[in-house]
Amino acid sequence: MEDVAREHGKILAPLDDDLVLANSGLDSLGFAVLVARLEDTLGVDPFTAAEDAFFPVTLGDFVKVYENGAR
Amino acid sequence: MKMARVDAPPSLRDYVADTSGARYFWQRGASVCFTDLDRGTSLGGRLADLAGRSVLVATATQLAAALALIELDGRARRITILPPDAEVAHLPALIEAAEIDAVVVEQGSPERATFDLPVRAVCAPSIKTAELVPSARLRTEWVMLTSGTTGVPKMVMHTLAGLTAPMRAGSPADGAAVWGTFYDIRRYGGLQIFLRAVLGGASLVLSSAGEPVADHLGRLARHGVTHLSGTPSHWRRALMSQAIRTIAPRYVRLSGEIADQAILDGLRAVFPHASVGHAYASTEAGVAFDVNDGLAGFPAAFVGTNRDGVEMKVVEDSLRIRSPRTASRYVGTEGLALADDAGFVDTGDMVELRGDRYHFVGRKGGIINIGGLKVHPEEIEAVINRHPQVRMALVRSRQSPIVGSLVVADVVLKSEEASTPARQIEVRDDILKFCREALPRHKVPAAISFVPSLAVAPTGKLARRRA
Repeated sequence: MEDVAREHGKILAPLDDDLVLANSGLDSLGFAVLVARLEDTLGVDPFTAAEDAFFPVTLGDFVKVYENGAR
Repeated sequence: MKMARVDAPPSLRDYVADTSGARYFWQRGASVCFTDLDRGTSLGGRLADLAGRSVLVATATQLAAALALIELDGRARRITILPPDAEVAHLPALIEAAEIDAVVVEQGSPERATFDLPVRAVCAPSIKTAELVPSARLRTEWVMLTSGTTGVPKMVMHTLAGLTAPMRAGSPADGAAVWGTFYDIRRYGGLQIFLRAVLGGASLVLSSAGEPVADHLGRLARHGVTHLSGTPSHWRRALMSQAIRTIAPRYVRLSGEIADQAILDGLRAVFPHASVGHAYASTEAGVAFDVNDGLAGFPAAFVGTNRDGVEMKVVEDSLRIRSPRTASRYVGTEGLALADDAGFVDTGDMVELRGDRYHFVGRKGGIINIGGLKVHPEEIEAVINRHPQVRMALVRSRQSPIVGSLVVADVVLKSEEASTPARQIEVRDDILKFCREALPRHKVPAAISFVPSLAVAPTGKLARRRA
C-alpha cells in the first residue's frame, strides 16, 4: 500500500485497522493497482471472486476480505 | 460484363520487358529470373483461358503469386489476391462477391481449398519459354483483402495506377537494386514493395512464413539487399538478431504500425549510412505520405494541404484521407461506403497535435477505458519502448473490479538484459519510474511482465487480443 501510494505521489494516512479507506490517501485508481498487485502476489482477487458486490470500509475490513478470500 | 478496354495501358509485363538486365525473385529455397517473362510463361499455356476473367490468385507461395500477378495484369478482368492467412471458410462468400470464375493454384504445393470454378490454372513457379498469345489489353481491377480480425474480410478494389501512384521520383526509396520486405506481398504493405521492385528495375527478396529471422536476414545479406521494408514489429524482431549486422541497406522503410522515435533511433544507430523513412498507408486509404526526416509523427503542414493529390484532415482526432491512391470501393459489400460523400476515407487512426507535428496515438477501436479515462495502448508502448533496456512492448487491458480496466504491459528486454530476478525487479521499477515521468497516472501500467517474445500477426503487426 505504501509502495502504491509512493508511486502515485499520494501521502498515506497512518495505517491501522480502523482507518477508513476513503480517508487513507489512496484513490480508486490507487486501490485498483493495489488489488491487481495483490492478485499477482497472492494469486487471488477476492473482489472479482465474490458473488455479492461488497467493498470494505476500513483497512481492517480490507485485510479481512483477503483473509477470507485466501481460505 | 462490360470490360474496361483501353488502348495501351502499361501493364506489369511491360515493366518486365523494358529492362536490360536479368532480375530475380528470391524465395527461401527457390528463385526465378522474372525478366524471362517477356518471352515465357509460368502458367503452362493457360494465360489465354484466364484472359478477361475474374481470377483468384490462391498460390501457396509468394513466388508463384508474384509471377502470376505479372502475367495476369492487363489480361484478367479482375485479380483477387488471397492472403496467406485467409480462412478457407470465407472463400465461398469471397468468390461470389468478386464474381470469381477462375483460380491460379501452385504446382507441387498442397491446395488451400477445393476450388470448383470454370477455369483452374497451375502456376509452375518457374518460367517456360513460350510465344506470347496476343489478347485484349484490359485495365485490370486489383482486389485486396483487409486484415479484419473477425468475420469475412472486406474486399477492397484498386487499380494498378492507384497502387503505383506513390512511386514518384525523388524519394530515398528510388534507385533500388535489390528490394526486400518482411511483409508478405499478398498484403497491401508487401504488394507496395513488390510493385516498387517490378516498376523500379530491381530484384526482390521474398519473405517466407515460419523462416527464422536470422535465416531471412542471411538471405537478404547474400543477395545484397539495398532497400528493405517492414512494420516496426518486424524491425524490432530483426534488431533482436545478431544477423542484422550482416546487411547494409541504403534505405530502410517502416509502415503498417506507429513508428515511434525509439525504433527510428534504433535503426539509425544500426544503419548509420541508410535513409530511415516511415510511410503511412492502409489497404483502403492507400499510401498517404512518407516521412524521411528521422522523426516520429508527421509535420502538421501535411494536414489541410494538397500534396501530390493527397489531402488529409483530422476529424474527431481521426485521420481522414482523400487521394487518387485510395481504393475505389468495397467489392460486394452492400451499402458499405469506403469513403464519405466528399471522398475522404476515415482511417480510424487517431492523431494528436504536439507542437508542429501530428503523432499517431492509436486505433479508434483500441481504446481502453480506465474509470472513465481513455487510453491508447500504443501511446504507452511508445514511452516504454524509449527505455534503453526495452526491445518491444505490448500494453493491454486487465479487468479491475474497482475501475473497470487497468493497463498492464508485457515487455521484451534487449538480449543483453536477460539476467537475474533481482536485476529484473530493478529494470521493472526503472521502467515504471520512466512511465510515471512521462505519462499521467492512469496510463502508467499497473503491472509489467517480462516475456521472451511477443506474437506478431501474419500482417506484420503486433498481435493484440481484443477484449
